[in-house]
Amino acid sequence: MEVPILKQGHYLIASIQSALTDADLSQLREALIERVGRFRARGVIVDVTALDVMDSFAVRTLRDIAHMARLRGSETVIVGIQPEVAFAMVQLGLTLKGVSTALDLEEGLAFLDRQTQLRIERGSARLDRG
Amino acid sequence: MATKGKNALPSPSDPQTQSESTAALLRELVALLRQNRTQLREEWARRITRAQLLTAMTEEEIFAEATSVYDNYVEALETGTFEALQAYARNLSERIIPRGVETHEVVGIVLLLRDVLARSLFAKYHEDFDKLNRILDAYEPAANRIANTVAVGFVQERERIIRQQQEAIRELSTPVLQVRERLLILPIIGVIDPQRARQLTEQLLRAIRTNRAKVVVIDITGVAAMDSNVANHLVQTVEASRLLGATVIVTGLSPEIAQTLVTIGVDLSEMATVGDLQGGIEEAERLLGYKVLPLEEVSPKT
Amino acid sequence: MADELLIPIAADVDVVTARQRGRDLAAHAGFSSGDQTVIAAAISEIARNILMYAKRGEVTLSLVANGDRRGIVIVARDQGPGIRDVERALEDGYSTSGGLGLGLPGARRLMDDFDVSSGVGKGTTVTMKKWRRQNA
Repeated sequence: MEVPILKQGHYLIASIQSALTDADLSQLREALIERVGRFRARGVIVDVTALDVMDSFAVRTLRDIAHMARLRGSETVIVGIQPEVAFAMVQLGLTLKGVSTALDLEEGLAFLDRQTQLRIERGSARLDRG
Repeated sequence: MATKGKNALPSPSDPQTQSESTAALLRELVALLRQNRTQLREEWARRITRAQLLTAMTEEEIFAEATSVYDNYVEALETGTFEALQAYARNLSERIIPRGVETHEVVGIVLLLRDVLARSLFAKYHEDFDKLNRILDAYEPAANRIANTVAVGFVQERERIIRQQQEAIRELSTPVLQVRERLLILPIIGVIDPQRARQLTEQLLRAIRTNRAKVVVIDITGVAAMDSNVANHLVQTVEASRLLGATVIVTGLSPEIAQTLVTIGVDLSEMATVGDLQGGIEEAERLLGYKVLPLEEVSPKT
Repeated sequence: MADELLIPIAADVDVVTARQRGRDLAAHAGFSSGDQTVIAAAISEIARNILMYAKRGEVTLSLVANGDRRGIVIVARDQGPGIRDVERALEDGYSTSGGLGLGLPGARRLMDDFDVSSGVGKGTTVTMKKWRRQNA
């Protein structure tokens, strides 16, 4: 089951539609990282609203996506984690430390807008000083 | 059987006769109870009042319920099925439990009915001891089952209501309040056990989603003590809220709790804490981009 | 629905099947949706462990009753290499596969009863239970 990846402006949006196997997840990671470079994306949103469970492999893959994307200059936000899923995750000890999260797609987009805006401001401040 | 005189001691009849005639005897019994419905029902209601049972109910109410129970009772005897009686018992319990009717009263009235009916059988068959004996053989097991069904139905209903009330109390004890758009407050008061901690988390996470909350202030001023289990649960609640995209601020950590947490080594480094609830709300408003100003500073000067 | 289900585990899609069946059975048994998620996550972890360490095995799901307590029992069985040090395998962050090391300890935290029996060369059996909470 391939996850569709949408390009919207400077962002990539991967919207998971159904339960994913480990292979599906790995494939999503590769596709996203490849496209971050190809489209020079500034932000990545992974929408997991449809996932009714997240285990250690899924969480590790999401974390890897965020870290790899950051290395390639792109900010990642995970959106749509369900309340029950979140509770099960923390009981498992999976907290997605260091990865940004937002309530839903709308919030995720707003978050990325703020982040990229901040980055631009910080950049220009540095230029001003220099 | 023929050798048994009228004055022989009552004892269970032999199985053969019993099996062949139980159905017929029950039929006879049912007919008798139908025939004497008015009189027996009144006698029963009188005995209930005299025994000071169901004191929470008026005499009319007692008579009305007595009628229903009587009819259901006869029907159970007739059909040998207890579903209707069971349903009635549950329904009756539902109505009388809120009025403070106690278990012993319900058991008491069923036993009284059993007594009233048995006495009517004695009155009717005292001439024929052998017949009486067989009638009682047919009646006793059915009557016991009926009494059992009604009493158990009552107790089960009581237990269900108690569970429901416990649940309601627990819900009440953890209100999630929205104070501003996207800002929730969860004041925790009292003792937190693992079950309450779990329920509290589930409720908060659902509220975050429904209210689209971005900041949550958890105030634990009213929590007297906290062990490592509960502390870890608090940490989990904070982490799970973050996974939904909400920031949690914990306020009102008492010096004792702070000391406990440090001593038992709970990692609170990821947790935002502010001294008191007011400070917590101010911090939350700052995060949300609100700024609270006195009116004179806002109103345009003319 | 049958009260005992056996799901062979030989590919990653079987892990998904196992946890979905587990969730369905838990729902059927009246577990809360929170607990259904927890059960599905635990099944996912131990089923993946089979795949990672033993390549193949099976997961069985069934319902139990103990007095008026109702619960779900999950047994994961394989004929793989076994675990040398069960105690350590149950420690957080201990992994011989380069994973997060949360599989077994994580699943244990999610469940009420958790038991691992394993011997080197004898395969591994993980038995875990979750009881339905009253009033939940």
